Amino acid sequence: MPSFGAHAGATVSSKSVYHLWQGFSIGAVVIGGFVVVLFCYAILRFRRKGDNIPRQSQYHLPAEVLYTVIPILVVFGLFAATLVVENKEVANPKTNVTVDVNAFQWGWKFTYPGTGTSVIGQTTQAPTMVIPVNTNVHINLTSTDVIHGFYVKEFNFSRYALPGVLNQFTIEAVKTGTFFGQCTQLCGLYHSLMFFNVKVVTMPQFTAWLASSSNPAAAAAAKATTNQQTDTGVPTKPASSHGDN
Amino acid sequence: MTDVLDPPVVLSGDGHSEHREEHHGPTGILKWLTTTDHKIIGLSYTVTSVIMLVIGGLFAEIIRAQLATPNGSLVSLAQYNELFTMHGSVMIYLFAGPFAFGGLANIIVPIQIGAPDMAFPRLNALSYWLYLMGAITMLMGFFTAGGAANFGWVAYAPLSNSINTPGAGADLWIGGLLLTGFSAIFTGVNLTATIFYLRAPGMTMFRMPIFTWNMLVTAILILLAFPVLTAGLIMLYCDRHFGTHIFSVAGGGVPVLWQHIFWFWGHPEVYILALPFFGMATEIIAVFSRKPVFGYKSMVFATLSIGALSLGVWAHHMFTTGVVLLPFFSIMSLLIAVPTGIKIFNWIGTMWRGEIWFSTAMLMALGFLFTFLIGGLTGVYLASPPLDFFTHDTYFVVAHFHSIVMALVLAGMGGLYYWGPKITGYMLNERLGKIQFWFLFIGTQVFTLPQYLLGLDGMPRRVAVYLHDPQWKTLNDWSTFGAVLVGISTIIFVVNVAVSWKKYPAGDNPWDAQTLEWFTTSPPPHHNFYRLPQIRSERPTWDYNHPEHRSLAHGGGTDEPPPLAAVLTAALEHGQDEDG
Repeated sequence: MPSFGAHAGATVSSKSVYHLWQGFSIGAVVIGGFVVVLFCYAILRFRRKGDNIPRQSQYHLPAEVLYTVIPILVVFGLFAATLVVENKEVANPKTNVTVDVNAFQWGWKFTYPGTGTSVIGQTTQAPTMVIPVNTNVHINLTSTDVIHGFYVKEFNFSRYALPGVLNQFTIEAVKTGTFFGQCTQLCGLYHSLMFFNVKVVTMPQFTAWLASSSNPAAAAAAKATTNQQTDTGVPTKPASSHGDN
Repeated sequence: MTDVLDPPVVLSGDGHSEHREEHHGPTGILKWLTTTDHKIIGLSYTVTSVIMLVIGGLFAEIIRAQLATPNGSLVSLAQYNELFTMHGSVMIYLFAGPFAFGGLANIIVPIQIGAPDMAFPRLNALSYWLYLMGAITMLMGFFTAGGAANFGWVAYAPLSNSINTPGAGADLWIGGLLLTGFSAIFTGVNLTATIFYLRAPGMTMFRMPIFTWNMLVTAILILLAFPVLTAGLIMLYCDRHFGTHIFSVAGGGVPVLWQHIFWFWGHPEVYILALPFFGMATEIIAVFSRKPVFGYKSMVFATLSIGALSLGVWAHHMFTTGVVLLPFFSIMSLLIAVPTGIKIFNWIGTMWRGEIWFSTAMLMALGFLFTFLIGGLTGVYLASPPLDFFTHDTYFVVAHFHSIVMALVLAGMGGLYYWGPKITGYMLNERLGKIQFWFLFIGTQVFTLPQYLLGLDGMPRRVAVYLHDPQWKTLNDWSTFGAVLVGISTIIFVVNVAVSWKKYPAGDNPWDAQTLEWFTTSPPPHHNFYRLPQIRSERPTWDYNHPEHRSLAHGGGTDEPPPLAAVLTAALEHGQDEDG
């Protein structure tokens, strides 16, 4: 089946979202195609050929009923499909791995509760969130200041990071690799540059990474290389002279 | 009944359009400043809003030029945020709405229903001056030290608070929007009162032209939605300056509350913008197919359902907040596709077996229909929360609503070509009009279609640079090229107005049109009519000119409507006649 422009997905739920997308697209192509054919037939066939006045018919009840009832049925079909995918996507099952994702102007902080590990980075430094493959990963999404958008294309998913709200969802990646993510909700001056990465690794690699990065010495080394901020949540601004208004 | 030529009712003078009653009043600039005539106010609205379209369009061209390269340096990041904020604000608050309900509706609705003026002429004048002052106030932001508002046209809290967006530009934005909001509310009051109380004898509700019907529903939506926005803006202003903490977490407030308030206005607003243009397209398609509007009653029903449903779908803009009930807002939003689909089929039904005259106005209306179909179909995706999750805040959404609003621009241009002769007394050049149409229509597709693909490939909205994905340049360049074509079409329009200036006299009814405004002179006299025809249907002018070609009843050939429809129609029209 054609992709209709969407990404096939790298997580369990993004795959069902992709199939939902394909379903909707087939509906759109069939219905849209039908309308376009009618439309083109009408404008080609019924061009003015003289000064005739056509029959002044105004109603055709069976046709009107038909194009009211059929769309209602289509809509309920689309809604049913939506519910199935949506319920899976927001189910939020119990998980073993949790990542606290905190968005701020203009960067991301990924904390692994209980392990002493956290990764932080601003704008184009693109901090990396490491998660294990084939595992339900629980995300606690928050924001320190304004509204941000957590979005990874290959996950076919986005969610607002809202100040004062704890947004929770689950990711189960089905393949390893590094996926690019970006803030999608306008958050001020450096919105265009608020990057992050999600690196999906195998469980043993993940465990090893967690162990090494929670090591105080390694953490200190990481701090030196990634220009890590203190935990106040107030990042220093990038050294750029754009007006801040 | 159809054999008898109903004599028109003479209102003043000797009943001939040649005999023009002089109205003694100020002329020139003083006339423009002091008028309460709905036609002159409407024309002021139209001209002002088209200037806003040009200003908003210039912002769009700068935005597209910036995005022509991945690391564009035409404007700074800060200036870019101001540009897209003011582009959206100008187009939505200062162009689309005022053009439709302040401009064309203001001029056309009273004439379509046989009224001498709006119900409250002075309030009408106040509306225009509030709108003009609001527009100037909002644009003044560019001349403040901190620049214009830069938090997007939706002004989400807490980005719009005084800490994240200090400066006078944001306050001028709020002030300007309050003024134009009041202007919209007053116009809503005026249109509602005019349509309910000033219809000519015989003009029952179910004989109102579809444009008037759509304006009635629009006006009611304005009355329901705009006060909510006004209240929200006052809250926002208080948060910014008086420490009310309505939208700030630190003070115990709720940022998402702003989104609820904003979209409770904002989604009805989508239909406040769209319904007038649906009405324009309906009139144009019927006239240039030389047929009555197909499914007139289902058209009215569809408009009413769109109006009703539009009040229950606001949170589909907030699916990704994670704090709204998804299924309810999803099904309500999906259901809007049904009445919208009815409209599309009715438009095609109107053309079916007609004699289609491809005038500029008709081309614009057909361009509207096609573009609106694309925007409508992609809107259905966005009503499904899982699909919205991954397209939200990407260029897919940008493409979707630009398909819609560009469809409205096409219909609005059609409206200008169609009603311009009535308003001014002179036709626009058809050849230039058709060239303008092709630039506008092709430009629209070239600039929106690549944006759908960009959105699906993950390009977020409101980014000034796309450093990580420079491969998006190709599609962005196509989009920019399309925007240039649209810009050229606007220049052609301005040239056309200049070239056609007082050149081609229009006559009373150049299109062999159907509704009441084509019965009077072009331009209409001071109080619109010297005489009125008998009003027996929604097409009194057509009935007068073609008494042997009145609309056929249900079922077509026979005079006998099908049983169920006959009962309903008889009941409705009986009630209406008694009211009238």
